[in-house]
Amino acid sequence: MIPEDLLYAKTHEWVMVEGDIATVGITQFAQEQLGDLTFVELPEVGDTFEAGAEMGSVESVKAASEIYAPVSGEVIEVNAELEDAPEKVNEEPYGAGWMLKFRIKGDPEGLLDAEGYAAVVESEAH
Amino acid sequence: MPFVPHTEDEVREMLATIGVDSVEDLFAEITPDMRPKSFDLPEGLSEMEVLSKLEGLAAKNAINSVSFLGAGFYDHYIPAAVDALTMRGEFYTAYTPYQPEASQGTLQAIFEYQTAVTRLLGMECANASVYDGGTALYEALMMAVRKTKRRKIVVSEALNPIYRVMLGSYTSNLDVEFVTVPHKDGMTDIEGLKAALDDSIAAVLVQNPNFFGSINDFTELFAAAKAVKAVSVVSAYPVLQALLKTPGAMGADVAVAEGQSLGLPLSFGGPYLGIMTCTKPMVRQMPGRIVGRTTDTEGRTGYVLTLQAREQHIRRQKATSNICSNQSLCALRALVHLCALGELGLKRAARVSVERAHICAEKLTAVPGVSLLTKGAFGNEFAVTLPVNAFEVIAKLTERGYVPGFPLGRYFEGLENGLLVACTEKTSEEQIGIFAEMLRGALK
Repeated sequence: MIPEDLLYAKTHEWVMVEGDIATVGITQFAQEQLGDLTFVELPEVGDTFEAGAEMGSVESVKAASEIYAPVSGEVIEVNAELEDAPEKVNEEPYGAGWMLKFRIKGDPEGLLDAEGYAAVVESEAH
Repeated sequence: MPFVPHTEDEVREMLATIGVDSVEDLFAEITPDMRPKSFDLPEGLSEMEVLSKLEGLAAKNAINSVSFLGAGFYDHYIPAAVDALTMRGEFYTAYTPYQPEASQGTLQAIFEYQTAVTRLLGMECANASVYDGGTALYEALMMAVRKTKRRKIVVSEALNPIYRVMLGSYTSNLDVEFVTVPHKDGMTDIEGLKAALDDSIAAVLVQNPNFFGSINDFTELFAAAKAVKAVSVVSAYPVLQALLKTPGAMGADVAVAEGQSLGLPLSFGGPYLGIMTCTKPMVRQMPGRIVGRTTDTEGRTGYVLTLQAREQHIRRQKATSNICSNQSLCALRALVHLCALGELGLKRAARVSVERAHICAEKLTAVPGVSLLTKGAFGNEFAVTLPVNAFEVIAKLTERGYVPGFPLGRYFEGLENGLLVACTEKTSEEQIGIFAEMLRGALK
């Protein structure tokens, strides 16, 4: 349910760090909370963000919510497939539904491991 | 749910629940000095007295004048079907009913209206309408500000000055800056507008035909805007869209219009209709209601509000706009009007209006001292320069039941002698002849 090999932000983004590249998406829990996604709005390649900054939004049939940069850095790739197929985020939030890749600036801070994130989900689900 | 006032019993029950003895006690918090002394309202009258009083007031209106007044609002003929159909009680509600399970008819009517105005302007999407043409223009520029995250708006001075005043007041507390490009003898300065474009510009705002009646093709300007990722916004006159190159064909991102000329009486300034259309990539920035067509679980066609995540009941402070209503009844009138006329009928109304204006321009400029101010091609409106202040002529002719037009001097310094004259299919050649003779007399 919550992959062990990833890091998580309290705002329900997941991060996979490989060297100075971080791949980012939203978690299984987040997509369940939103329901069927109809639109994903992402930043452009070359945009830079500080960790915690708003970087885009996801819309579902019943809600819209912001997505936040879990790390600081520059966007080097965006999953263009989500423009026409936002449902991929519902289907495979940790796979084909990835959102973007960052070149990380500095060390990621304040991220949770799977266990820490499980506690966040637990508290929000009640 | 019936909307009836509370009965005495209900009031007593509510007061008992709250735990006070009277309505007066309920408002005890508000000290006497904080309360209005009087609302200064006269005593009530009987129905007969009210009717006679209001008829007396109504009789003061000069309703039988022959009017050449346009400036964004035009007295076109409204087919009888428009009143007959839109007067049906089903369309009169205190608010627009949007619930798909209860309001398929209303939703379908809005959807059909959206389809009609989208086709008319050559665009891809439309919303259910906003209050009026000026509001539509303001909302269009805010769409551009959100889309580009830029703050500067390039606006043509040949855009309706009434709208420019509105834009100023709507944005007076916002971080938005206008770069106004002056008109050139009543022409839209396209080169000047192009020169004002750079990568700090959110949008370019123009009007077709412009305020002085000049017809433009903005294709090149909009391409130049696209090159710096600025949003192209055009305010159009819907009746003439039947003849002119559409905003869509010019490459506009957002096209707005005052819909009054589609089946709404001038009616002393309102209620009017703000038409908003855009391209598909812009639709998520569109304010207000959008109706879409879909199918239910059994495959039947149904109409629903769509893309609601833009709206304030879901997005709260992130909503695209605080507009959550529309001018549904006015939009319905526009739809019935367009359906009653059809493509051919609208083209004919537009063509006759244009022909009459050209006859009028010829007749007026034959009067000694009167020259045409509007350059290039014009539609059903044009400006002339008089040998005297336009206000003088307006005062003289209005007294005799002919309203000659709009005084350009009201908004444009140096054009005090400028008069903006409009014709519609209702303007007869006889009226044009009388107008020209009256003008000749007034200038002697």
